[in-house]
Amino acid sequence: MSEPVQRILYCHCAYAQVVPKDVKEEVLRRLAASGVAFDAVADLCELSAKGDPSLARLAGEGNVKIAACYPRAVKWLFSAAGVTLPEQGVEILNMRTEPAEQVVYAILGQGFAMAAAAPKEAL
Amino acid sequence: MIAADVLRVILYEGEGSRALEDDRRYELMRGLLEKGYAVTSTRSGGQVSGVGDGRGTWVVLGQFDQQGFGGAQGAAGDLKLEVRDIDGMETPAVLAAVEAAHSAGGATKPAKWKPWFPVIDYNRCTNCMQCMSFCLFDVYGVSTEGKIKVQNQNNCKTDCPACSRVCPEVAILFPKYRFGPINGDEVSMDDVRREAMKVDISALLGGDIYAALRDRSEKAKSRFSKERDEDRALKERNRCLEKLQKGMEIPMEVLASLPSPEQIQAKAIEAKARAEAALKLAAARSGSSPEAPSPA
Repeated sequence: MSEPVQRILYCHCAYAQVVPKDVKEEVLRRLAASGVAFDAVADLCELSAKGDPSLARLAGEGNVKIAACYPRAVKWLFSAAGVTLPEQGVEILNMRTEPAEQVVYAILGQGFAMAAAAPKEAL
Repeated sequence: MIAADVLRVILYEGEGSRALEDDRRYELMRGLLEKGYAVTSTRSGGQVSGVGDGRGTWVVLGQFDQQGFGGAQGAAGDLKLEVRDIDGMETPAVLAAVEAAHSAGGATKPAKWKPWFPVIDYNRCTNCMQCMSFCLFDVYGVSTEGKIKVQNQNNCKTDCPACSRVCPEVAILFPKYRFGPINGDEVSMDDVRREAMKVDISALLGGDIYAALRDRSEKAKSRFSKERDEDRALKERNRCLEKLQKGMEIPMEVLASLPSPEQIQAKAIEAKARAEAALKLAAARSGSSPEAPSPA
């Protein structure tokens, strides 16, 4: 049986200055250059505040890596919208405290992360 | 027409289209996210959730070849697709085209929301109802199971984390707050002790913050009536407010907009009654007497 494909969710935290701009922009830049498909939202807080039903699909049955903020905050933001994040298969990367390099590495793995970081002419 | 709560864009790079340059993809995504859109970047072989709930208008952007967009187009149920070829367009022009496409698709502007609202960590919450008793703005309510919940998040006052300060379990988060653990950072024993000390600000003011505010306001009024010293009454009120502002980080504008002492008293009594009723309900459902402390 083939392994389920890993999904990626990126939060831009567009409505506050709490996630360092350079970190979130570098993570986005490298995800965009990685060649992998991903979902990006302007602000996870907005989806939670509006009880957006798509949060349920984003959480899915796990196998998702979420680049956002503190895992405790993300967990309870989903919960506030009536969605329980699965215990297994969900990895939350904290762009408020972790450097972009570490977040990208955790999401993409070494190979993809290096490819996404490399200047074009080096590829 | 059903309005989408969040506007969606799909950046399509698959069959029937040419891939975008990496820098362009990044610029487009950043621009769309800054404008509040949810963006799904599709790539061959990848999997996305497609932020959306199958309704509203989705705008599909791509550099399409002559055969055009190979995916679905038009309307399906409550979902409407607006496809735009962005070949040769600069980012600002693409952003304008997306806005126009959403309007053309009949999408309405999403409802306004406030980025500042409390989120309850139910792993820590003991359902003591202190937050509900404390908040004057009816942010908190009770579920049918007698459980505390955030009921009117739009009532919350921006930058005011006071309810999280009175929570004895550090169970209330404000994800946009600057510092931990209120911002969602892990809670340490030191945090619990520190927060408990901050709760003691109420003791500083005589055990009940609202009662203290009321008393001081009454005293100030009385002095004012006796001495006609408006400045002194104002100074007294400001001293009290300053203590609250410093101790609990309640913004001055929130304190300045507090209702009259009579209204505060009425609200406090009402909130206390609601909290007690909720605790009784919760206890009845669990078949035990309430263990949580009586709300203030």
